[in-house]
Amino acid sequence: MNRYPMWKNILVAVMILIGLIYTIPNFFGESPAVQITPAKSTTKLDSALLGKVEDIFKQEKIEYDGVYQDARGVKARFKNTDTQIRAKDVLQANLGTDYTVALNLLSRSPSWLRSLGAKPMYLGLDLRGGVHFLMQVDMKAALSKAAERFVGDFKIALRKERISYVGVSREGETVQIRFNNADELTKAHAVIAKEYPNLTLEESTIGEERILKASLNLVEQKSIQDFAIKQNIQTLHNRINELGVAEPIIQQQGADRVVVQLPGVQDTAKAKEILGRTATLEIRMVDEEKSDAATLEKAEKGQAPVGDDVFKNRDGRAVLVKKNVVLTGDYITDAGPGVDGQSGRSTVNVTLDARGARIFQQVTRENVGKRMAILLIEKGSTEVITAPTINEEIGGGRVQISGMANTQEATDVALLLRAGALAAPMDIVEERTVGPSMGQDNINRGIHSTLWGFAAIAVMMMVYYMAFGAVSVTALAINLLLLVAILSMLQATLTLPGLAAIALALGMAIDANVLINERIREELRNGNTPQASIHAGYERAWDTILDSNVTTLIAGLALFMFGTGPIKGFAVVHVLGILTSMFSAVLVSRAIVNLIYGYRRKLTKLSIGQIYKG
Amino acid sequence: MELFRIKKDIPFMSYGRLTTAISLVTFILAVVFLATRGLNFGVDFTGGTVMEVNYPQAANLESVRKAVDSIGLKEATVQNFGSSHDVLIRLPVKAGVSVAKLSEEVKVALVAADATAEVRRVEAVGAQVGDELYENGGLALFFVSLGIMLYLWLRFEWRFAVAAIIANMHDVVIILGFFAFFQWEFNLTVLAAILAVLGYSVNESVVVFDRVRENFRKMRKASVVQVIDNAITRTMSRTIITHTMTQTMVGSMLLFGGEVLHNFALALTIGILFGIYSSVLVACPIAMWLGVNRANLIGDVEKKEGGKKEVVVEPDPSEFAS
Repeated sequence: MNRYPMWKNILVAVMILIGLIYTIPNFFGESPAVQITPAKSTTKLDSALLGKVEDIFKQEKIEYDGVYQDARGVKARFKNTDTQIRAKDVLQANLGTDYTVALNLLSRSPSWLRSLGAKPMYLGLDLRGGVHFLMQVDMKAALSKAAERFVGDFKIALRKERISYVGVSREGETVQIRFNNADELTKAHAVIAKEYPNLTLEESTIGEERILKASLNLVEQKSIQDFAIKQNIQTLHNRINELGVAEPIIQQQGADRVVVQLPGVQDTAKAKEILGRTATLEIRMVDEEKSDAATLEKAEKGQAPVGDDVFKNRDGRAVLVKKNVVLTGDYITDAGPGVDGQSGRSTVNVTLDARGARIFQQVTRENVGKRMAILLIEKGSTEVITAPTINEEIGGGRVQISGMANTQEATDVALLLRAGALAAPMDIVEERTVGPSMGQDNINRGIHSTLWGFAAIAVMMMVYYMAFGAVSVTALAINLLLLVAILSMLQATLTLPGLAAIALALGMAIDANVLINERIREELRNGNTPQASIHAGYERAWDTILDSNVTTLIAGLALFMFGTGPIKGFAVVHVLGILTSMFSAVLVSRAIVNLIYGYRRKLTKLSIGQIYKG
Repeated sequence: MELFRIKKDIPFMSYGRLTTAISLVTFILAVVFLATRGLNFGVDFTGGTVMEVNYPQAANLESVRKAVDSIGLKEATVQNFGSSHDVLIRLPVKAGVSVAKLSEEVKVALVAADATAEVRRVEAVGAQVGDELYENGGLALFFVSLGIMLYLWLRFEWRFAVAAIIANMHDVVIILGFFAFFQWEFNLTVLAAILAVLGYSVNESVVVFDRVRENFRKMRKASVVQVIDNAITRTMSRTIITHTMTQTMVGSMLLFGGEVLHNFALALTIGILFGIYSSVLVACPIAMWLGVNRANLIGDVEKKEGGKKEVVVEPDPSEFAS
C-alpha cells in the first residue's frame, strides 16, 4: 500500500533532474569578461565583428579563454581582471565610438547548458558589488515646465483667433490670461476650452482686469507626470549606455521614482555625475526690441524687463531672451559634432523630430532677420551658447549650432544633447554601494551559514530519527536543490537577505518532516503496523503542514508587497522556499520512504529511532 | 533516540497564572525599555549615511575622524566595525545636501587622508525615503497580523485567532524590547526577521490548536483544561525538535553570517525562543479565558471535516496531526 504509482515516481525524478540541470551552472563560477555592443541602435551587429575582436586580441597579445557572439553583441572571457581591463582599453581604442565596450562577468558553464537556458542565479548588488541609486523625479518642476509651454501655445492660439489680451503669464502650475473686457474673455474661453479639453478654466475679476485661469486637471497632470518619468528613464538609458555598464537595471518605482542599478561600477563619482547631469537645451527668441543699451546695462545687474530673462553668453555679456520657449531638447533626435564649411569652426549638428522640425520652420519663417538664442541649462545655470541671426527659413529639422570653442567642446555638447534631456530634474535620494571584495565576502558568509547549519541539522536528524532522519535530510537537500534551480530559472535577484532566507527556509522546512516522523512514531506507539503507520503518518501530518505553511506564506506575501530593496529579496526567496519545501517534504520524502519500505511484505520494524510503548 | 517520555499530561493550564505573570512582566519591561530608551533605528528608517571603510592596516580612528571633521561633518560618528581594520562612519541627514553628494565628499576626504582607504559599502538614505520605509514596515506588520488572524478565524474560531495574535504580538514587542534595551541597530533586515518570526511562530499555535480541536472530539468527558493540557503535552516533542532545528540554522547564521546578518539572526533567535513559550503558554490560556469549549469548536468542525474522516484507514480517527 505504500507504493507510489509510476507517474508519481517519474514526476519526482523529473523534478529532481530539472532541478539538477538548472542548479549546475551555479557551480562553474564566473570569469571576468568584456562585452562589445553597438553604441547606437542604428549600428548593425555584423558577423565580422567577432573576427575583428579576435584579430585585435592577437595583435595586442591578449590571452582570452573564449570569445563568442550572441544576439546582443560579442563577449570574451579572460583569466583575470588585469587582462580584462587591458582588453577593454585596447578594444575601446581600436573599435572607436561605434561600439560600447563594457566590463562584465560571464558564467564558465559549458555551452550545452547555456543553450538550455540554464544560467547561474542572478546576484544582487550586495553580492557582486556595484551601485544602486534611487532617484526622485521633481514632478512639480515637470508641471511648471508644462505650464510654461502652455503660455506660448495660448499666445499663438489667441493671436490666430484675433482675440486681444493684456498678458499671459505662469503662476506656479497655472496659467493666467488677462483681458480688458468680458467679451474677449468669453471668446478666449471658448477657443481654449475647445483646443485644450484637459484644462480646467476659471474666470475671475481683479480690479479692471478680467482673468481667465487655466489649470491642469488631474488626468492631464497624470499624463504629464507619466511622460516625464518615461522620458527620464529613456534619458538615463542613453546616459548609462555612454557609461558602458554591462547589465544595468533602470526601473520605475512608484509614481515618481526611478531605480538605477549598475553592477560592477566602482567609480561612483563618475556615475553620479553622469546620472545627475541635468543639461537641457532650449531655443528662445532674443528680445531685440528691448535690447537697448540702458536696459542691457540694467540687465547686467540682474534686472530683466517683464516677460524676459537675462542670461550671459560665452563672453560674459548679458543677452535678453523672451521667457517663451520655442523648442526644448525634447525634440532632438540626434546630435553630432561637425565643422562649418565656410568658417572652419566647430559646430554641433542637431536633428529634430518631425514636430520639432515643423515648429522650427514656422518660427524661423516668422522671424527672419531676428536673433535666436540657443541656451544650455546645466546644473541650474543657464548659458547662451550662441545667438545667431536667422537668415532664412530653416526646414527639414537640421540645425547647425555654431559658437563652439573647439572640437572637444562640440563633442561634449553633442553627447549631452544626444544622451537627451531630462523632462524634469532628478535627485538621488538613496544610494547603496558595495565594493567587489565586500560582495565576495557576503557570498561566502551566506554560503557558510547555510552549509554549516545544514550539516548540523543533518547530523541531529539522523541521530534522532535514524533512517527516517536520513530520508528527511535527503528531502531537505532536494528542497535546497529545487530552490536554487527555481531561483536560477526565474533569474530573480539574489541578495544577502535572500541567502539568509534560503538558510531560514531550510531551517523551517524541516518542521514538516519532524511533524511526519513524530506522527509515524505515534502511530507505531498506538500499536499500528509499520506500513499502516507510515501511511497514516503522512496522511494526517499533511493538514498541519498545510496550515503552518499557509501562515508563513501570508507573512511572506505581505513582506513582498510592502517590502522594498533587501526585504523584497528576502520575501521572494522565503515564499519560494515554502513552496518547494511543501513539495519536497511531503512528496519527495514519501517517494523515498516508499522505495525503502513500500515493497517489503513482512515489515516488523521501522528505523525511526527508539519507540517507547505506552 | 527519543527525548520525550511523558506518561502523564503536564498540567500547563494550572500554571496559567504564573506563565501569564511572567509574560506580563517581560512585556511591561519591553514596553518600558521601548518608551525610555527607544529603538536604535538604522539609516534605513532615519535617513542618513553609513559608510564602511577598510584599511590594510589597523585603522587610525583619530585620523579618520579628523578627515570627516575637515569637511564640516561634526555630527558624524566613527567607530570600529567587526575588526580593527574596518571603520564604520555614520552621518545624519544634512539639509540641502543630497545624500549622494555627501558620501562622495566623505570618500574624497578619506582617500586624501589615507590613500589605502577602501570604501567597501555605502548606504545613504534620504530623509523622505526613510520615512516611507518606516511607514511601509508598519503597514507590512499590520497586514501580516491581519492576514494571519483572518486565516485562523476561518480555519478555527475567532477565540483562537485573537489568542494567537496576542501571543505573537507579545513576541514582537519583546523582540523590540531587547533591541531597545541593548540598543542594537534596528534596520530593514531586522524588520524582515520579525515578520518572518510572526509567520513562523503562528505555526506553533496552529499545531497546538489543531490538537486541541481533535481532543475535544476524542476526549468527550474531559474538561477544557484537561483537553488543552493533553494537547500541549502531546505536541511538545515536535515543538522542541522543530525549534531546535530552526535555531540551529539561525545559530549558524549568527556564527558565519557576519555583521550584516548578525542582527537579523539575533531577532530570529529571540523570536524563536519566545515563540515556543508564548504560542503555547500564552495563546492557550488566553483562548481558554476567552471561553473556548467543545460546543463552539466542534459545532462547525464536524461539518467541515466530516468528509475527510472516511478516507482515514486507521481504527482511531481521533488523533490528528501533531
